[in-house]
Amino acid sequence: MIALTGKNQSYVLVLYGLCFPLIHVAHAQFILKMAAVQGGMGDADIKTDIKTEPSADGFGNNNANDGRVLSASPGSSSSTGSNKQTAAVTPEDQQTLLAVLQFLKKNKLSESVEILRREPGSDTNSDQPDVSVVLSAYSQQGDPTLYKVYYRDLKKFIETVLDCHRAELSQVFYPLFVHMYLELVYNNHESEAKAFFEKFSGDQECYYEEDLRILSGLTKKEHMRGNETLLDFRTSKFVLRISRDSYQLLKRHLQERQNNQIWNIIQEHLYIDIFDGMPRSKSQIDAMSGSLAGEAKREANKTKVYYGLLKEPEIELPLDDEDEEAENEEGKPKKKKPKKDSVGSKSKKQDPNAPSQNRIPLPELKDSDKLDKIMYMKEATKRIRLGPDNLPSVCFYTFLNAYQGLTAVDLTDDSSLIAGGFADSTVRVWSVTPKKLRKVKSAADLNLIDKESDDVLERIMDEKTASESKIMYGHSGPVYGISFSPDRNYLLSSSEDGTVRLWSLLTFTCLVAYKGHNYPVWDTQFSPYGYYFVSGGHDRVARLWATDHYQPLRIFSGHLADITCTRFHPNSNYVATGSSDRTIRLWDVLSGNCVRIFTGHKGPIHSLAFSPNGKFLASGATDGRVLLWDIGHGLMVGELKGHTDTIYSLRFSRDGEILASGSMDNTVRLWDAMKAFDDLETDDFTAATGHIHLQDNSQELLLGTYTTKSTPVIHLHFTRRNLLLAAGVSQL
Amino acid sequence: MAEERRQKHCSVVLPTESMKAMAESVGVGQLQEDSCVALSEEVSYRIKEIAQDALKFMHHGKRRKLTTSDIDNALKLKNVEPLYGFQSQEFIPFRFASGGGRELHFYEEKEADLSDIINTPLPRVPLDVSLKAHWLSIEGMQPAIPENPPPATKEQQKAESTEPLKVVKPGQEEEGTIQGKSQGTTTPDGKGKEKGLIRLKPRSTHELSVEQQLYYKEITEACVGSCEAKRAEALQSIATDPGLYQMLPRFSTFISEGVRVNVVQNNLALLIYLMRMVKALMDNPTLYLEKYLHELIPAVVTCIVSKQLCLRPDVDNHWALRDFAARLMAQSCKTFSTTTNNIQSRITKTFTKSWLDDKTQWTTRYGCIAGLAELGSDVIKTLIIPRLAVEGARIKAVMEGPVVSNIDKIGAEHVQSLLLKHCASVIAKLRPQPDNVDQYRTDYGYLGPMLCSHVMKARTQAALQAQQVNRTTLTITQPRPTLSVSQSGLSGSSGPRTPSIIKVPSSLTLMSPRPGTPSQPSPPATKYIVMATSAGAASTQQVITLSSSQSASPVTSTVPSATSTLQPLVKLESGSGAGLTASRPLQKYIVVSLPSSASSSLETKSSVLPTSISSSSLDGGMKLERSESPGASTQSPH
Repeated sequence: MIALTGKNQSYVLVLYGLCFPLIHVAHAQFILKMAAVQGGMGDADIKTDIKTEPSADGFGNNNANDGRVLSASPGSSSSTGSNKQTAAVTPEDQQTLLAVLQFLKKNKLSESVEILRREPGSDTNSDQPDVSVVLSAYSQQGDPTLYKVYYRDLKKFIETVLDCHRAELSQVFYPLFVHMYLELVYNNHESEAKAFFEKFSGDQECYYEEDLRILSGLTKKEHMRGNETLLDFRTSKFVLRISRDSYQLLKRHLQERQNNQIWNIIQEHLYIDIFDGMPRSKSQIDAMSGSLAGEAKREANKTKVYYGLLKEPEIELPLDDEDEEAENEEGKPKKKKPKKDSVGSKSKKQDPNAPSQNRIPLPELKDSDKLDKIMYMKEATKRIRLGPDNLPSVCFYTFLNAYQGLTAVDLTDDSSLIAGGFADSTVRVWSVTPKKLRKVKSAADLNLIDKESDDVLERIMDEKTASESKIMYGHSGPVYGISFSPDRNYLLSSSEDGTVRLWSLLTFTCLVAYKGHNYPVWDTQFSPYGYYFVSGGHDRVARLWATDHYQPLRIFSGHLADITCTRFHPNSNYVATGSSDRTIRLWDVLSGNCVRIFTGHKGPIHSLAFSPNGKFLASGATDGRVLLWDIGHGLMVGELKGHTDTIYSLRFSRDGEILASGSMDNTVRLWDAMKAFDDLETDDFTAATGHIHLQDNSQELLLGTYTTKSTPVIHLHFTRRNLLLAAGVSQL
Repeated sequence: MAEERRQKHCSVVLPTESMKAMAESVGVGQLQEDSCVALSEEVSYRIKEIAQDALKFMHHGKRRKLTTSDIDNALKLKNVEPLYGFQSQEFIPFRFASGGGRELHFYEEKEADLSDIINTPLPRVPLDVSLKAHWLSIEGMQPAIPENPPPATKEQQKAESTEPLKVVKPGQEEEGTIQGKSQGTTTPDGKGKEKGLIRLKPRSTHELSVEQQLYYKEITEACVGSCEAKRAEALQSIATDPGLYQMLPRFSTFISEGVRVNVVQNNLALLIYLMRMVKALMDNPTLYLEKYLHELIPAVVTCIVSKQLCLRPDVDNHWALRDFAARLMAQSCKTFSTTTNNIQSRITKTFTKSWLDDKTQWTTRYGCIAGLAELGSDVIKTLIIPRLAVEGARIKAVMEGPVVSNIDKIGAEHVQSLLLKHCASVIAKLRPQPDNVDQYRTDYGYLGPMLCSHVMKARTQAALQAQQVNRTTLTITQPRPTLSVSQSGLSGSSGPRTPSIIKVPSSLTLMSPRPGTPSQPSPPATKYIVMATSAGAASTQQVITLSSSQSASPVTSTVPSATSTLQPLVKLESGSGAGLTASRPLQKYIVVSLPSSASSSLETKSSVLPTSISSSSLDGGMKLERSESPGASTQSPH
């Protein structure tokens, strides 16, 4: 496949060569994951394997001199000839492959080893004994003083190209800058590195500010060891999306100038996703860039995602006239009519985009769940139809005397309980209805109860313990994430101490501490159907758990920095995670694969929200912007500007008409979600090319701004009747 | 811009001297320079790393402030033992010391005496976390309740009045749409206009809700009514309510019309009430009056310089009103004078012009001087002092010449004392020490000798104050003459009575022992007690003034408090109580409700700090009380 047919087409093949091993890698990672999940091996094993990668890398630095000779030499010696490049292109892929091979060997999965070896491209390096040797780093032999010249040269070139290409080619600056700087640092050219940084850091886009700050602190080879940002840069390719014309221009220029240094970096560390057609404009590029590893590859977002909702189970309603109300409850006004015909047709009608009902096993409905569903439907009939002319009322819950210690809030779906996680490691639950919180009686007392009586559920409760709030102790660090189970029997909390705890709301005690993240767990959330929950934290992996397993069922790894927030898709088949690497990823719960990567935020993402119909995702970040994503097409479809500080909370109204956002800037803002989503669905060009044209209509979409006195809004919740509840702690 | 950024990025490294100092502190002397450099680079890098991680914890803790615990957590993340002992919630008070050519920042740890800790009573148990709900918005409209910020912030009002054509902020636009909706007018129309290329200032309609209309009626009636307690309450409401923005134009018209009518009718009492309203409006921290100065300033100036303000100028104390209005004038000059509106210079010109006029009556003359004097010592120095001799001659003519009329004589007396009061302190600063009567006489003419004695008094007082440098804050607590309540008698036809100046030290407000939470009822309770007696109302007024004007306290600071010396609290209370029989319960209550502070009230060491806290809590308390009616009614539609 590397054979060349003609010189002018060579780059196409190069690209194929690029893509192919990547697919293998995806396979291999998948195998790794499946092995982790299904192989029955201890969680600890997997973890150590994953964790050793960085440390082995650090170790690799020690042996870098050997490594350089062994593996990376093709990279450094590669000329513009394309056949050599392909070999040089994939050092990291080979690393991964080797790691997988070793893992398989260790676990005596010889068949898989054989299969993997048979895959083209993977057998080339398989006889190398040590993984760490392969993990080579920057090993150029160029003259350090020439770096500036190279960079300036390229800069001059890009500044002189036609306007239409300039914006696209300018994307190259940042990754090149970083890699060149790191190369200089790695090869102990400290002063040159500093000079290089000072000279060119000002040219970089302002949204890379934070990364640049980290880089600026890094001036010695020793610092590179264990530095996360740096590891990310080395282990992952920076993805650029460039039109064919622009790319050709760049390539021709570099070849003419014999600028191998830069060409090598582009070959080794960048992934250039070439598309046919018009080059993109500066604003289009700016909308999508900003993440730690460039934009998402197009094929990364090609997988089919079943974003439809699951069929609601049929529940006999006690009264006939309430049958109609049942229809409303799904929150999709468009489908109201066909459903009205009969209950039978409703069950047959399956959303083509919905996953099959048993794609992932979901817990059986209990009687109490059914009762709750009926309650939900009843409430739904009283729901206020929201719209631009009919804004929701906002009720604000202020936590007093919390001394800035409130770190997480959640409300139950029926808005009867509110829970707060605090910096002092406590979890507190309040009842916001007159119904007080009661514990279950002690075992001895429970024995005395007549188990056959109708009100047994009422009898088991201990009246003496009734109070408006309960405190639960157990964590040993600030509680950063909190989530009620849909049936209101459990509460999850994740903490700085690395555990996720499951609390019973019947006894108000801790039931399980899920240990797996060894670092702070930033967020956790229950699946909308209960049983499963997801957690993500500083260790950069999200984990899927089931409440009755003390080990995770899936490990979602791929983010390059902390996972800051986690959300379940309404159909429970997918999980969205937002990260400090400024990307959002969507994971398939069934396979554990990453099915969507959304880039465009310029700061760590702190809030996510799925629209109730499951089609869209909203995300808010420290940059104060809310971005809207179409999950099916894998595209950004909107940008809502207005907030001036981190957005900690996002929530769609029950019917998806209004998006509410709460921020550190003490405001709750309401956005016209219907309008935001309606406008774009007609634009099929968008979907075809993957380009986005965002019109700046934030002001039109903003329906309301409500300022609190000095209370950052950290949680939002729409009641079943579409009343908006907000919560925060007063900073006065 | 690029350069700025570059500066930000340039890597800052700890100085090697710090490394040496640290090494010495752990017993390593004679550190090589090279190792110092290496160490400092390494340490700087690690510190930056930790700071970055700590920021992460801050973000997840949903805070804007980095705390020591964030650093601890970041250290834990790196598997480093956290730094124990830094538990300060707010900030670490690093102190700076230098000596021997070295500079050092250090964390001061005082030695704590265990027995002290044991013997001191336990502090109050901190209140438990609690939840409080309020309506942030009702069907798209933010109710004007104390929990919500005022509809238009002071900055916004300021921006609106100073730059009316500025781009409309979303919040304002929001307001506009809501108003449109509440009237049933078409919203999109207004929005379209705003989006047009030419930015017209959105026409805002000041439609008042029924509650607001009721409130307005109640307040205005109370302000000019006969019940002093009610008036005090109303004035306090005006001074503290955050939601008055919409009603401001009405209040302003009310005041200006009221002054116009009552000056003609010589109704001194009502004029005083109206001026107190102006004062309350000015004191309201959420209002920006610039837009309404064209109505308010003429009203105030009228009260300063009008020829006649009362029916019987010989007996009624209209001087106090002039003084008070002059202070108001000075305050508004301080707050609102800009280079474009030139309020201060225009006002100064007006005053000077009529003062220089020979035909000006003594009353107007008094007002002009008072108005000028309140503007500050610079104005006194440049405008008043040079004219002292001329003015002295004029006074002499009245006092010692043939008796023209009693009214003129009284006027001259007042002008004289006013000049002495204001000029003495300024002259004390201007002139060198030995105060020679003759010298004064030559310089200032008729007023010279009297001035001399006043200046000497001022000097001794200044010296006295200088001794108590550490208690400078006490000046705040000095009583200040306010408009006396007894004026109410004047509106009727009671016998002549000199206005009693009720002196209540503002430390009253400082007494709330722990003003932590808005839910605490004690501070407002104190206040209500004060208001319950009619005699106490004036004092309440003063309390409010002092406490709420601490944000912009030009009045308090400019008023030379030479009228009386500081007296102990208890004495003051009983003194005023003796004069006014009605205030018996007041005195009793204060003593009962605030035992701890009363015992220590004389050593109000930190009077400034508690003022700020207590005033805010008082505000909270007040608002809670008052908001009941609008709050309840706003909830009803829901």
